[in-house]
Amino acid sequence: MLAKRLIPCLDVRDGKVVKGVQFRNHEIIGDIVPLAQRYAEAGADELVFYDITASSDGRVVDKSWVRRIAEVIDIPFCVAGGIKSVADAGKILEMGADKVSINSPALANPQLIAELNATFGQQCVVVGIDSFFDVASGQYQVYQFTGDESRTQKTQWLTRDWVAEVQRLGAGEIVLNCMNQDGVRQGYDLAQLKSIRDLCRVPLIASGGAGTMQHFTEVFSTADVDGALAASVFHKGIIQISELKAKLIADGISIRP
Amino acid sequence: MAELVIVDTGCANISSVYFAIKRLGVEPVISADAAIIKQAERVILPGVGTAKAAMHNLAERDLISTLQGLQQPVLGICLGMQLLTAHSMEGDVACLGLIPGEVAPLNAAGLRLPHMGWNTLHSISQHPLLKGFTAQDYLYFVHSFAVVPSQYSLAQCHYGSDFAAVIGKDNVAGAQFHPERSGKVGARLLQNFLEWQL
Repeated sequence: MLAKRLIPCLDVRDGKVVKGVQFRNHEIIGDIVPLAQRYAEAGADELVFYDITASSDGRVVDKSWVRRIAEVIDIPFCVAGGIKSVADAGKILEMGADKVSINSPALANPQLIAELNATFGQQCVVVGIDSFFDVASGQYQVYQFTGDESRTQKTQWLTRDWVAEVQRLGAGEIVLNCMNQDGVRQGYDLAQLKSIRDLCRVPLIASGGAGTMQHFTEVFSTADVDGALAASVFHKGIIQISELKAKLIADGISIRP
Repeated sequence: MAELVIVDTGCANISSVYFAIKRLGVEPVISADAAIIKQAERVILPGVGTAKAAMHNLAERDLISTLQGLQQPVLGICLGMQLLTAHSMEGDVACLGLIPGEVAPLNAAGLRLPHMGWNTLHSISQHPLLKGFTAQDYLYFVHSFAVVPSQYSLAQCHYGSDFAAVIGKDNVAGAQFHPERSGKVGARLLQNFLEWQL
């Protein structure tokens, strides 16, 4: 039976793993390669590396760390951040990444999703969506440039419309980051994930809000997501992956031991 | 003579296969040169993308008859496995025909596609490549097309319906999952391949 995936997310800036609270105030957690290796050995099912500065400040970013990760890691990994073209994605995949994830560049040029699909196949193309609940309108809205607080801005897209559009264009997986929950460890946004699940025919990954092991049980059993992404609970040692997997198996969730 | 050659199919992610073999202590050669491939002790045919594009690349590199004539152990991975069969419905293209079989859209019976993630095997046969494998082992799959089960299936996987997870005939075998991305279990398959004596 296909297992639900546990996906530690490593936010990368200047070759270091960092973590902020609600996308702000980043602190350094450690070096990329040893952290990646540690997670693979601990039982992570997949890793995501977000180069969080890349999309927002427009400079050319050194991605040689992708190759160094590919050398030591024997589980799948995805690279996000600063991938604006088919050529950018090709370089990342050549260095050994299994997937690329695009977010702000897909909002600027939705056709990029279709081009990546045609060139590398659907399975390589992940679309990350930063979704924020707007209390005034009562709607979930898509934000872009979330790696840089001064440039973060609301787009014209409602989250549910953008989810439909990226699937139409050929996305192979969607990572839904619920910004209201990010980094505060109060649980995944189950209501939003459930509503998006109904619209999502490709694998859906929950992101933002994991604080306890019970939050993972809830997101898998309530929202039926394919994977759950988390950062701080793993980086800070609040949750051990082996203990989490044992609990999820005991709770009847399909998990790779 | 190279111990192991990875065929350069012109698809993107050959590095992950290269590094996985290297972690097992063998330095692979990546090549699209027919002479180098023919002389190798073992050959891996990787592949990501579509069957049509991959067969086009192999034809352009004039490698089809070379691959069809190999006598040493050959392992196809993911799309590389699908290319070993006679035909793929993905682009309606003739493949290498080394193992009888057909590649069809995976009948996921309403489950999400692509079939992406870690899954288990069943109907695991006694074959040198599958030494040590059990129905409790998880392997990493990413695909939307699959080889229809037949007498050449060495192991199957279930996702909506059964499909061939490992196939083999004579000196040629293939795995639908990615052994290079399947942790220690995947490394076992690659190690078994390195030790496979015909």
